[in-house]
Amino acid sequence: MSTAVATRHPYIYALLKGVEPPAGRLAWLNERRALALEYANALAVPTTRDEEWRFTDITPLTKVHFRPAGAAPRLAMQDISHLIAPEATTHLTFVDGVFAPELSANAGLPYGVLVTALTAALNTHAAVIEPHLARLAAFEHEVFAAVNTCHLRDGAFVWIAKNQSCPTPVQLLFVAAQQEVASYPRCLVVVEAGAQCTLIEDYVSLGETVHFTNAVTEIAVGGNARVRHVKLQREARTAFHIANCAVALANDANYISNTITLGARISRQNVNVLQQGDGVQVRMDGLALVSGRQLADTHTLMDHARPAGRCEQLHKCIVAGAAHAVFNGKIIVRPGAQLTNSAQESRNLLLSPRAQVDTKPQLEIFADDVKCSHGATVGQLDQEQVFYLKSRGLGEARARNLLTYAFGAEVIDRIPVPSLVEQLERAALEETQAEG
Amino acid sequence: MIRNNAKVLLEVRGLRAKVAGVEICKGVDLTVRAGEVHAIMGPNGSGKSTFAKALVGHPAYEVSGGSALYEGKDVFAMAPEERARAGLFLGFQYPVEIPGVSNSAFLRLAYNTIQAGRGKDELDPLEFDDFVREKVKLLEMDASFLDRSVNDGFSGGEKKRNEILQMALLEPKLAILDETDSGLDIDALRVVANSVNRLMTPDNAVVLVTHYQRLLNYILPDYVHVMGSGRIIKTGGKELALELESRGYDWVVDEYEKAEATA
Repeated sequence: MSTAVATRHPYIYALLKGVEPPAGRLAWLNERRALALEYANALAVPTTRDEEWRFTDITPLTKVHFRPAGAAPRLAMQDISHLIAPEATTHLTFVDGVFAPELSANAGLPYGVLVTALTAALNTHAAVIEPHLARLAAFEHEVFAAVNTCHLRDGAFVWIAKNQSCPTPVQLLFVAAQQEVASYPRCLVVVEAGAQCTLIEDYVSLGETVHFTNAVTEIAVGGNARVRHVKLQREARTAFHIANCAVALANDANYISNTITLGARISRQNVNVLQQGDGVQVRMDGLALVSGRQLADTHTLMDHARPAGRCEQLHKCIVAGAAHAVFNGKIIVRPGAQLTNSAQESRNLLLSPRAQVDTKPQLEIFADDVKCSHGATVGQLDQEQVFYLKSRGLGEARARNLLTYAFGAEVIDRIPVPSLVEQLERAALEETQAEG
Repeated sequence: MIRNNAKVLLEVRGLRAKVAGVEICKGVDLTVRAGEVHAIMGPNGSGKSTFAKALVGHPAYEVSGGSALYEGKDVFAMAPEERARAGLFLGFQYPVEIPGVSNSAFLRLAYNTIQAGRGKDELDPLEFDDFVREKVKLLEMDASFLDRSVNDGFSGGEKKRNEILQMALLEPKLAILDETDSGLDIDALRVVANSVNRLMTPDNAVVLVTHYQRLLNYILPDYVHVMGSGRIIKTGGKELALELESRGYDWVVDEYEKAEATA
């Protein structure tokens, strides 16, 4: 957690250059951006002395002078078409954080389903947006969420009205195109009571550029609504990626997420799931597959603030080379949140002697009639398994790759979009073969 | 079937092997020719399994002396996967579980790797599916075996059948079956034994490592060897197995020790 200091940090000062004073037509939004600016100015850049960042040193990030995107380069559809899942007939593309309508497809959606740029909806759908935008994702303790909110102008907005359903997955594609640019992707997803939606939030880079993605995603899941959320982070291994995702769940909401982390030199994601209603069902699966000198840090929080919530969480890390993976899984069961059933598993595979993983379950339980469990394993490939495969003719590298791949495939296979499963399995296979 | 002019598949001389620094095999001699069925029997700890695992190159078993030629080539100069591709096969006593790898994908990968090593055509998933389903039927296995992860959650008997299924697919020249009969009920034992018998040709050979004579009622051995303290201490025909069943192993050990003492 960052601590408040009186003086503005020079690095934050640089990131805030180019922020326009909040002077839009919407008073509530001006207020929130003004508040974010206050916090951005007051909060310090986290260091490894902060408990929440003790394994993740972001000094390399603060050494690069990133500039705001300004005008994003114009890309052609053929530059990005291979990145769009064929199932996602509705998709929005953002280049360096700026909406690219010519690379998006959002027409012909059924009544009660809206997928559009946030700016286009701010006036027409203020009543839907106002209760959630810059409210779900708290920025009071998160300097990067605060900075993102200062820059809040463009973004993706997905709205599924009560009892409606989006028939195909919606893909929100964030493409980083320019060198040394900081971009501020922002997604707001509002799925009202009884509605359904499958969301693909996808971060990619064109080329091996050094860039900084600072993303904030807010998802409100209404009563008995169902959201499947796939987050892919497959940016260049030279990139920096910091993402804050906040999910709020009403009564009997159902939220299933698959978070896949393959890219970035340093990545950090905070996923905060808040149970605001009774009887929610959550499944959170994560896979970080890193090598070289990558660092991938995932902090999750499952906050059972109401009774009878169920959460199953599986987080896996495959760490090769001199890479480093961090997982911090916090579960809070608030007073009165009886009959909570929350289970967390952290499974980690180290493929080289220099690979490192730090995994930390954190359970804070303030109710007495609950079931909570956690487990963590860190290991290498099982030598008996490797030998069994070799004894059937498979070479050493092939055997190791197959076992590594199988370890990751458990998470990838659960993604509800077949083309992504295929694509990611191929990527995982290539990655593990490169390590073989 | 014993034929004096049959090709020698395996020739082991004075094999010594260690597990965790302790010598378990202390000079094993064994010659296996094409067409033959050998049974290696002996009490627990006599070195039967160590011998089998050392031959296929398990990393926990260190060969500390002696030689083994497979079709005239030095076995210990070959990597475990090369031995497999050359037609050496071990049916494991405790097959390992591999969650996340589907049995059908694993079997196809193994089959195609061995086929490629023999310069034969590989099968695509559809062709392989037809092929493997036939074999599964012969072993009276449920086809759902193919969709599950390798040995994951299999019962002891299911794991053993899965080993024989692999033997049926890979058609090894020399199969060593390490206590394949243990954990099998009598019906399963008959199915497994019938499959092994069907796979026997004049060009291949089987070495059965077993505790019990029971299996040898179904797969008739040409030779029965008794292992004791890391060596083969007696060799006989199939009648030796019956004698061991009724008299136990002690008399063989006594006989061997007396002979050693006078030698």
